[in-house]
Amino acid sequence: MVAHAIFFYVFSIIAVISAIMVTVSKNTVHSVFFLILDFISISCLFIMIGAEFLGMIMLIVYVGAVAVLFLFVVMMLNVAQQKNKWFNSETTSSAHIPVGLIISTIIFFELIIVVGGWKYKPELSDQNTTKISNEISNTHSLGQILYTDYIHIFQISGMILLIAMIGAIVLTFRQRDGVKTQSYLKQISRERSEGIEVLEVPSNKGVKIDD
Amino acid sequence: MTEIGLGHYLTLGAVIFSIGVIGIFLNRKNIIVILMSIELILLAVNINLVSFSIYLGDLTGQVFTLFILTVAAAEAAIGLAIIVVYYRNAGTIRVEEIDKLKG
Repeated sequence: MVAHAIFFYVFSIIAVISAIMVTVSKNTVHSVFFLILDFISISCLFIMIGAEFLGMIMLIVYVGAVAVLFLFVVMMLNVAQQKNKWFNSETTSSAHIPVGLIISTIIFFELIIVVGGWKYKPELSDQNTTKISNEISNTHSLGQILYTDYIHIFQISGMILLIAMIGAIVLTFRQRDGVKTQSYLKQISRERSEGIEVLEVPSNKGVKIDD
Repeated sequence: MTEIGLGHYLTLGAVIFSIGVIGIFLNRKNIIVILMSIELILLAVNINLVSFSIYLGDLTGQVFTLFILTVAAAEAAIGLAIIVVYYRNAGTIRVEEIDKLKG
């Protein structure tokens, strides 16, 4: 129990500090790195409390895909020159910063009040249909209900990913001029008569060939 | 103190959620950090769902977390694509210079 507490405090303190650093660090690349650290510590917490599959999926999806995508976009766009301007600028007065602070502290205290005054009925845990069993592993039991009870939602989430992929490609696709590409239709529909031309070459004159 | 219960995890989720909201409001740099703050908020929601799932002994919360993960990945991809297109057109992604809609 003490080890559980120690690990919980270590990982959660790392997570909170890196979440703060994501929002306040001046360099965007550092923000992405702190975001990666945050995801890693939260997935360690998930693995610790017994949701191993989700912890590993968090590592793969967030650290392996989403954070690297952020890193690529940060490196592609020219954000390095903007790193000196940090939330006070000459052009606009930063009038909405106190509003943001007030709103987020109110949200925080509301959530804390809910956590403190929260209680559930003891018969609530008897009613659930998808109990966590101790015989089979977390991945096994998730698979057993994910592909049976939640199969339609699972397929809809696959469709969401497909549409997101198509949308990202369509958004960033652009046709550029001056790029030499193959035209398959032109290549296939070539005839012998337009491919070969027989010339009468006069001697000592040579021949002038187009293109 | 040594007994880690549901309240500890919910408090951690609340803290990270609030940091995400603060990050959206305080940010004056570029939209990418705002997207990262949204990812933090989704992460806090995931913490809440997983801890409820574990402490109530119900697996449904973990399934929901899986779907939230899917939607978060799709959202990050679309958002970053929009940012790339906007940068290509406008040449900047600073928050205060994005005022085409006069909002």
